[in-house]
Amino acid sequence: MSDGILQGVKDKALPVLAVVALIILGWYALSVALNWAQVSERLVKDGGAPGVADIVKGTWSMERPVLPSPDQVAVEFAKTTFGVKVTAKKSLVYHATVTASATLVSFALGALLGILLAIGIVHVQTLDRSLMPWVIASQTVPILAIAPMIIVVLGNIGITGLVPKSIISMYLCFFPVTIGMVKGLRSPDPMELDLMRSYNASQAQVFWKLRLPASVPFLFASLKVAVAISLTGAIVGELPTGASAGLGARLLSGSYYGQTVQIWSALFMAAILGATLVYGIGGIERLVLGRAGQSASARS
Amino acid sequence: MSAFDVVIDVRNLGLTFETPDAPVHALQDINLNIRHGEFVTFIGPSGCGKTTLMRIIADLEQPTSGVVTVNGVSPREARLKRAYGYIFQAAALYPWRNIQKNVELPHEIMGVSKAERAEKALRYLDLVGLKGFEKKFPFQLSGGMQQRASIARALSFDPDLLLMDEPFGALDEITRDRMNEELLRIWAKTKKTVIFVTHSIDEAVLLSTRIVIMSARPGRIIDVIDSNLPVERNLETRESPAAQELAHRIRLGLKAGHSYDEVK
Repeated sequence: MSDGILQGVKDKALPVLAVVALIILGWYALSVALNWAQVSERLVKDGGAPGVADIVKGTWSMERPVLPSPDQVAVEFAKTTFGVKVTAKKSLVYHATVTASATLVSFALGALLGILLAIGIVHVQTLDRSLMPWVIASQTVPILAIAPMIIVVLGNIGITGLVPKSIISMYLCFFPVTIGMVKGLRSPDPMELDLMRSYNASQAQVFWKLRLPASVPFLFASLKVAVAISLTGAIVGELPTGASAGLGARLLSGSYYGQTVQIWSALFMAAILGATLVYGIGGIERLVLGRAGQSASARS
Repeated sequence: MSAFDVVIDVRNLGLTFETPDAPVHALQDINLNIRHGEFVTFIGPSGCGKTTLMRIIADLEQPTSGVVTVNGVSPREARLKRAYGYIFQAAALYPWRNIQKNVELPHEIMGVSKAERAEKALRYLDLVGLKGFEKKFPFQLSGGMQQRASIARALSFDPDLLLMDEPFGALDEITRDRMNEELLRIWAKTKKTVIFVTHSIDEAVLLSTRIVIMSARPGRIIDVIDSNLPVERNLETRESPAAQELAHRIRLGLKAGHSYDEVK
């Protein structure tokens, strides 16, 4: 029994650990290469003929490196995550919470908007023809161009903080939900639709008893994309707000002051937050589809 | 035969699809009467319009000419009154519903109470031999069992008319034989009028009281054969001289349609 578990760990964990080790090694090598010039220049300036070992050591412990070493990022990450009170301005947890709340609000709004648009597009032919081009066009405009305008316009009418950020992020994340839901709501085959017709079912009944349940696997696939995008959106939305709080603010102030170590630890926090959100959606998906006895691959 | 007895009356029916090159005559000059309690089989090669004809009767397709009445009214009115249960080539069970919930679907749409829905579902699942499988999901059942569930679903709201569109076409021959026997048993028990579409001469011989032979391009009826087999039947009935004779006649009919097609 325990042998089996050990074997399982060996089979699954080993490849993952090997890849992680390779990435870390490569990272160390890159930070040597990228920081080399600065370090050697400084050591020469200080007088002396630095050896290779000295320079390499120097590249992994600079205060403002081009690329910080993994251990520098890990130390900074641990210090700002566990070393300070979570309410402190220096705490990454505090900033992550700010960004996460904007992400969740915008995700909820975006998913709702996406679903409503999809329902409209599937049921009203005029909407299908007239709305879809706009939905697609909306995504071709760079969010970085629109974000400051939304902040300014809403700021002018006295709305600041969470709402503008969420709107920017919602603008990004409704799109995959609309596309996925339109596909999902149209996924019932002609036979399944004919069956409803033979029972003389109303359009509402067809929607609730056929189209909506059939769309659920599609919905979850697009929700996973949407939640990741809405995190990106929330971070982008924080950039033009003057950067007071949130992971985006951390990134911005890091780049103002050349604090690359701070930038990288904020990036890691964002990655962890993103992964948590996506896995969270995956967990809900398993709960919902598992109960219905339907795996995500049961329909295609 | 009184006029009241006629369940389906098809007169001068035609369906033409307009295509860029030339109009396609899916059905032409179809005339057919089906009486109460008959088991009528439409047999013919692919493209002869047998499924289309049944879909017109079910108001799932519209003819371009001619008149169809079902129980004396138009197919649309008949559909609105839920006059028929339709059984498709595939079971078309909804994968997120368990078997019982699938069988309850028509009653759910008609707004029947929960208790009555469950009672009917269990009764008809029992009839098709699926007792004990109520809580299983479709993917947990074999193809034959899924098709049984779909038959239970069609029977559950007790329509007078069953429209079966190659229901066993996707099953292996052994399962198909068993399903044919089951169907004979169910038909004897429920006394429904059945229209059955098939490619299989064996199936047509075993099941039908009347066989409608159709041919393609244009889709039309070539011959209508009354079966002289006894009402009480089982798989062995197919071996009897009468059945052999009937199969021969069907084969000749299909051949006639085919050669006609070739001279064209």
